[in-house]
Amino acid sequence: MRKGSPDTWAFAGAVGVVLLLGWLELRRPGGVSIARISGGLLTIDLLIRAGIFTIILVGLNLLMGYAGQVSLGQAAFYGMGAYFSAILTVKAAVLGISPAVARAWWWPWFVMGGAAVLVGVFSFLIGWVILRLRGHYLAMATLGLGIMVYIVLRENLGIPQLNLTGGFDGIVDIPRLHLGAFALWPESRYYFLVWAVALATIVLGLNVVHSPVGRALRAIHGSEAAAESVGIVVPLLKAQIFALSASLASLAGSLYAHFQAAVVPDTFGFVPSLELVVMSAIGGMASIWGAPLGVLAVLLIQELLRTHVLGLIPAVTAEMEPVIFGALLVLIMMFWPGGLVSSRRRRPVWGER
Amino acid sequence: MSEQGLQTTTGDRGILLRPTRASLQRFGRQAALVAVIVLVGLFLVGMGHRVGYGAADYLQLLVDGLQIGAVYALVALGFVVVYRVTGVINFAQGAFVMLGPMLTITLFGSLSGSPVFRLVVSALGAVLFVAAVGMAIHRLTLHPARKASALTRIIITVGVYISVQGIALIAWGPRPYVLPAFTTLQMVDRLVEVGSIIIQAQTFWIWGVAVAMLVLLALFFERTVVGKAMRACAVNRIAAQLMGIRVDRMATLAFGLAAVLGAVAGIVLSPATRPTYDMGLELGLKGFVAAIMGGLVSFPGAVVGGIALGILESLWGGVTLAGFKDLFAFLMLILSLLFWPQGILAGKGEGGS
Repeated sequence: MRKGSPDTWAFAGAVGVVLLLGWLELRRPGGVSIARISGGLLTIDLLIRAGIFTIILVGLNLLMGYAGQVSLGQAAFYGMGAYFSAILTVKAAVLGISPAVARAWWWPWFVMGGAAVLVGVFSFLIGWVILRLRGHYLAMATLGLGIMVYIVLRENLGIPQLNLTGGFDGIVDIPRLHLGAFALWPESRYYFLVWAVALATIVLGLNVVHSPVGRALRAIHGSEAAAESVGIVVPLLKAQIFALSASLASLAGSLYAHFQAAVVPDTFGFVPSLELVVMSAIGGMASIWGAPLGVLAVLLIQELLRTHVLGLIPAVTAEMEPVIFGALLVLIMMFWPGGLVSSRRRRPVWGER
Repeated sequence: MSEQGLQTTTGDRGILLRPTRASLQRFGRQAALVAVIVLVGLFLVGMGHRVGYGAADYLQLLVDGLQIGAVYALVALGFVVVYRVTGVINFAQGAFVMLGPMLTITLFGSLSGSPVFRLVVSALGAVLFVAAVGMAIHRLTLHPARKASALTRIIITVGVYISVQGIALIAWGPRPYVLPAFTTLQMVDRLVEVGSIIIQAQTFWIWGVAVAMLVLLALFFERTVVGKAMRACAVNRIAAQLMGIRVDRMATLAFGLAAVLGAVAGIVLSPATRPTYDMGLELGLKGFVAAIMGGLVSFPGAVVGGIALGILESLWGGVTLAGFKDLFAFLMLILSLLFWPQGILAGKGEGGS
């Protein structure tokens, strides 16, 4: 980020909002909480989930909006991170990890980092092979990969006797995170951790976008042949960004596991992958700021539908939610394809018009 | 190895046949394909041997695979028709597969008269209605957004699918339904025993209807003006427009045709399964995999892809853990993207046009 650029101001604003909301929740001055101010719409729970999704979305926007590669299986990496954290903390004994290590405060952090690295390497290898193909091949391959990972998680990794993933029921009693003796719980504390990571991810994303790598990515989006001709190693760069986005999703998954304290495979299936794409599209794919805005917009729409709109109309049940959600998605894509934050308006990318 | 892969060079020692890079790549791909087939075959036989399978068991799995494979082929054709004319991967295809049987069952229950009459009228009515739905979806959502990027339009079809499935949940609820078998016109189907193999009578209906649809489709594309116009749109949209073809109408018609194919597939399959509001997701995705296996632009490829997927999946499901049956299709998706991205029939027929 450059000093005094719009991004810097936006970032300062975002930090301010995050701190203000966190302070409100931590202090509850005069019994006033975020939930009460917003009429039950914004809860600390929703804000934490928004932070977790923001981490995934920054990676996804880099991949989809900048590199122009669609991932229809991003929830798989999210799930891999969550399950790495869950299995290695809850089922450490089954895997022969000594209890002294597994109960140390740094162990979950170590697992979280290790998972992000492993998932990154794994996705780099896959991306390296698949991204040599042009067009929407990655989208199709990630669709397949996403569903495969979901099935493997659901079916106990194929070794039912160990019962590592807990099948359909998932894993419960995942421990909360600690920094030494300081517990990052209740939610008002965890909120700060999640949003610190989310804001750091946003900075990372902005720096990538404004670096030579970001310009190379946009060049790939514009024309792969042209990008290659100016010396960009297209498959390598695409695989790197794919790996980065997968690592971020894994990190978010670990944070989710320690937040929810339970993981079930259905959170990481095909439909959640689609929801991530929807969030990205609504926020604006070709924008890092689109990530938090898209996440908040989708979560708020869902929450509004659930708590307000559906209750007001008689004879309309909660089952209307997917109908309205799908219709909204179609309408936004039809009339507002750039999303909430459209980079096209601010600065046309060379060669796109 | 084909002749195109060999480059003729005239050197001192006369004419040399030197393999080009392309031909080496093709050879590598073919070798990989053979290796994959051998490995999968060995795996199937090995796993089958472990559970004590004989020839009859394999034949039974083969027949079961041919049954579902015919359905996948029809669904895959729907993907191909829409992709060739509009360039969109239509994820709403699964919605047509679900709407067909659900509407047939509702109509069947509300009509009076002989069961044959009710079945024929309700099936025809349902197919026509779904065709209208398909065309309406195109007119209302994709036609206004025809200038948007392919990704935006694909997301629109995802939104349509979510909405339609949501409406189906409201209309029919989550419970499974039953359509009477075409032969007995009752809930229980007749079983045909050939040696030690048991075939549901409905299976013959599925095969018969699938073949009839293929013949009709071939006649439509080869013999009718509209069919030829549609093929022209697929080959070159602008040239077709210059010839006076209303490309937009052809796109709408393609959606109608895809809807008919999907609905018919769903209807003939449903007496052998129990249709639910969410059956479209699985069948839609499997049909998509079959279409990809066939190269996404080739009609013969889609049929071969569907049948191959059905048979292989059935064999795989017979010898592996029950929960892993669905894994196969998506494994196939990634393998076919890697090894034969142009489809398994690449280079034969009008495939890549």
